[in-house]
Amino acid sequence: MPGTMPGTMRGTLTGPTLAFEGVSKTFGPVQAVDDLSFTVRPGAVTGFLGPNGAGKTTTLRMLLGLTRPTAGRALVGDRGYAEHPRPARVVGAALEASSFHPGRTGLGHLEVYAAQVGVSRERCRELIEFVGLSGAENRRLGGYSMGMRQRLGLATALLGDPPAIVLDEPANGLDPEGIVWLRRLLRAFADQGRTVLISSHVLTEVQHTVDDVVIITGGRLVHASSLAALSDLAEPETYVEAPDSDALARLAAERDWTVRPDGPGLVVTGVEAPEVGAAAYAGGLELHQLASRGVGLEDVFFRLTRDAS
Amino acid sequence: MRAALVAEYRKLLSTRMWWVLLVALAAYLAFIGGVMGLSLTVAPQPEDGPPPLEGAELAAAVYGLTNAIGYVFPLVIGSLAMTTEFRYRTITQSLLVEPRRGVLLGAKLLATVPLGLLYGVVGTAAVVGVAGPVLAAAGDGAFLTDGDVVQVILLSVVVSALWAVIGVAFGSVLTNQVAAIVVILAFTQFVEPIARIALGAFDVTDGVARFLPGAAADGLIGASFYAAFGGGDSDLLPRWASLLVLLAYAGGLALVGRFTTLRRDIG
Repeated sequence: MPGTMPGTMRGTLTGPTLAFEGVSKTFGPVQAVDDLSFTVRPGAVTGFLGPNGAGKTTTLRMLLGLTRPTAGRALVGDRGYAEHPRPARVVGAALEASSFHPGRTGLGHLEVYAAQVGVSRERCRELIEFVGLSGAENRRLGGYSMGMRQRLGLATALLGDPPAIVLDEPANGLDPEGIVWLRRLLRAFADQGRTVLISSHVLTEVQHTVDDVVIITGGRLVHASSLAALSDLAEPETYVEAPDSDALARLAAERDWTVRPDGPGLVVTGVEAPEVGAAAYAGGLELHQLASRGVGLEDVFFRLTRDAS
Repeated sequence: MRAALVAEYRKLLSTRMWWVLLVALAAYLAFIGGVMGLSLTVAPQPEDGPPPLEGAELAAAVYGLTNAIGYVFPLVIGSLAMTTEFRYRTITQSLLVEPRRGVLLGAKLLATVPLGLLYGVVGTAAVVGVAGPVLAAAGDGAFLTDGDVVQVILLSVVVSALWAVIGVAFGSVLTNQVAAIVVILAFTQFVEPIARIALGAFDVTDGVARFLPGAAADGLIGASFYAAFGGGDSDLLPRWASLLVLLAYAGGLALVGRFTTLRRDIG
């Protein structure tokens, strides 16, 4: 079950706050990250979002002491990641799903890093089971699927039962079942009081997982708020389907709705389902489907990232 | 540091490379030991060549093949300790659990010592195991109890560990795995042998040749295959100086690696 990680601290704990203070990074002529400031609070799942090439991975690498900022600093609690005596026990991180030695077994991989995290080989076996890789632990990683590598990366991050968890694109390559599993797991971690930061280039992939969102593009911060506050920027979407699609299109045009085709029907942006239903009723139009699609978060995401770049 | 050593040791032993290279080393050296043992005893020696080696000196030169021919194996396994981290990008995870980059490099340098010793033991055993009986049967004897010969055998094992350490240091400077192996092969099989003979041919440069890594290793062992058969100068550095030269190669390369490769951003 999610959250019942073996050896985990029960009850409440408080993860460290992750703080970025005016962090910048220049690679030659390229300004990869530009004066970025935001904080990630414990007890919540924060989504770190932006299109590909926005600087997400570079930012995470600066947080973890792998890349030196050109300016500013990134803190884990009161100090930089590398200044913690046993950093992997403070922050568990999985950055690249592909960075494994293909000739090593899954269990062998965990055991290599267990020594410096300061945990036993028994703990490695527990984590293999916990992430659902039982039976594959003695197979070489060259034969692991992307989803299995993601799970192993997660197991590596969790070796030290860390109060903060940082995952770069953790849903990549996971099957739908795996995504649901990951979502529950991250939720449980946040509920325990841990700090959870996950990056993604697809907002819809994480919108059911995160409490807070930080959006960057072109290395700059464009939005940081709770997911609820981001939703307020979004417009509702309604799916509507009529047997007489021409009549539906005329109705949309009469009412001046913004629509886009979606399968046999239309998605109406900015109009709630009751209003669409009422308009159809008034116009004598037979409907076969009428459904609220919630708010179009992805549209907001595109708008924010497009307008800023 | 202890944990870092354990980690590096597990890294070395958790893939197949270490024993694949070890098996290759043993097979290769057993073959070479047999060929050299036979060709220097059974085959007729040229009349006008340099005076042929005899007795204990011959035995020492043949047993020293671990160093003269086999040293490329510990060198390669050492370099792989560093270059695989970059090839498969595991350096990221390694630095996440140990952000002190000097500790990471130091642990790698030390962790290869036992493996280098093992390569030395197996390689030397392969040479002696095959060449010893050949020399005993066809030559003046195996000389396995001769003090000088025993020293050569023991120091061959020590020098193998030094080669492994130098390999790690070299890998920290040249992290591209393919490039590192190509350079090691080219240098050990081609550049240095030619340089030793060429430099040894002139009085002014003769002193320089002794400081080449392979020549220094010969000096540490006290037996030189090249000096004995290559027509080059047989002047080797004394053992203590040879040891210092080899340690200087390891230390110098490791320092360069620490302040270039390991100072850069990773990723």
